[in-house]
Amino acid sequence: MAERRTALYDVHVAAGARMTPFAGWSMPLNYGSQIAEHHGVRRSVGMFDVSHMTITDLAGDGARSLLAEVFANDVAKAEPGRAVYGVLLNESAGIVDDVIVYGRDAGYRLVSNAGTRQRVLEWLGVRAADSDMELRRRDDLALLAVQGPDSLAVFAKASGVDVANLGAFRVRERNDWMIARTGYTGEDGVEVALPEDEAPALWRRLADAGAMPAGLGARDTLRLEAGLLLYGQDMDETTSPLESNLGWTVAWDPPNRAFVGRDALARQRSAGPERVLRGIVLTVRGVMRHGQRVRSNAGDGTVTSGIFSPTLGYSIGFARVPRGAAGDCLIEIRGSDIPGRIVRPPFVRQGKQVFK
Amino acid sequence: MNDVTSDMPADIPDDVRYAPSHEWARLDDDLVTVGISDFAQQSLGDVVFVELPEVNDEVHAGSEACVVESVKAAADVYAPVSGTVVAVNDALEDAPETVNQDPYGDGWFFKVEPTDLDELDDLLDADSYGQHCESEGDED
Repeated sequence: MAERRTALYDVHVAAGARMTPFAGWSMPLNYGSQIAEHHGVRRSVGMFDVSHMTITDLAGDGARSLLAEVFANDVAKAEPGRAVYGVLLNESAGIVDDVIVYGRDAGYRLVSNAGTRQRVLEWLGVRAADSDMELRRRDDLALLAVQGPDSLAVFAKASGVDVANLGAFRVRERNDWMIARTGYTGEDGVEVALPEDEAPALWRRLADAGAMPAGLGARDTLRLEAGLLLYGQDMDETTSPLESNLGWTVAWDPPNRAFVGRDALARQRSAGPERVLRGIVLTVRGVMRHGQRVRSNAGDGTVTSGIFSPTLGYSIGFARVPRGAAGDCLIEIRGSDIPGRIVRPPFVRQGKQVFK
Repeated sequence: MNDVTSDMPADIPDDVRYAPSHEWARLDDDLVTVGISDFAQQSLGDVVFVELPEVNDEVHAGSEACVVESVKAAADVYAPVSGTVVAVNDALEDAPETVNQDPYGDGWFFKVEPTDLDELDDLLDADSYGQHCESEGDED
């Protein structure tokens, strides 16, 4: 099956990108060295084509009530100009997807993952059928992320739009562009949704202004250092937000606020989840990988994501472990038990180690 | 190394011989220097650790001699010829990226005093190795 291409496909190939299949799309894995791209974002500014993400606009009187029902965070926080991160749950409190809801004058915009495209559209569509609401899939938009300590200056130079005074998780609309102070790297930055045909020109102006193109490889190590989860790997429909370090994204108040999955999640909350998501650092050489077994004081768990951290110089990862797991642990890597330590993510924020 | 794939044109010099598992071997003054090919380093992506053998280790053609770990995966490196390890490239411990930057030069892994030089004839020349890489690329 042919993979879908973003509006920037030709630009990536011309820049020497190694393309890789990802959730039905052909996406840049790196443009040479993913470690150089990682450092480029941490130290200055990098840019990512994330147009594979699914953008859906919700308009009409029913939009707010639909989101109030399916979004476990409180859609009331998504006033026009504000973005809110949270999860969509199934009836058993398993995570259908993690999303950002952007509040706009004309309704809401939902950015969800590429791999869950059909599932999320069905999930919303079933509930939208009876309500006074229009769901519009925005395949006509590209999505670029510009991230790093120099991102705002470089974005202003390349686009003429200064968002230095825009706060975190705030959104500004300008003609057909939506510019949000969001990202997936743990650095300052913006994510920009814009018409596909304008994306290559913005990409080139950003490159001219000093942004380093970065691929999915660097995106993965940056997000993991920042303690951010990857859907389908660190969480899925068999894991709840309480089992995924995402309890903070669930809006329990007011107590009568009904959302899909609330009852199941409330039961798990009062009993206490049996498993939790923790960070792991390797104290010796080697690299943790998805699926490896972790032995802890509280029992066995599994590595959900593992990488070599370019910022720290050793391997870090997430693992789902029994509640109460702490301190030293052993990770089974290629047949050997390698010593590691259980910590609380994030690992790195704005270029600095933050775990203890 | 096995299970590597790449879609970029790889550098395949003709002054070394190649194992189908993507190691190269170069004979200089009765010693065989061993490394991994450009095709291999491209498929692995950035190398982050190399676990080298130790001097005086015995290695056997086609058997695991050391491990290279990249951002993407860990891979066994097989000895292309049998013999005794007489030198290892310690510089890779602090600068594993050298494997990516100069796979046939400063990115070498270890040197072997071979027990049977005829084993070099069992390895692939540049043309055959190029075809081998192409066929692996097509399997994607």
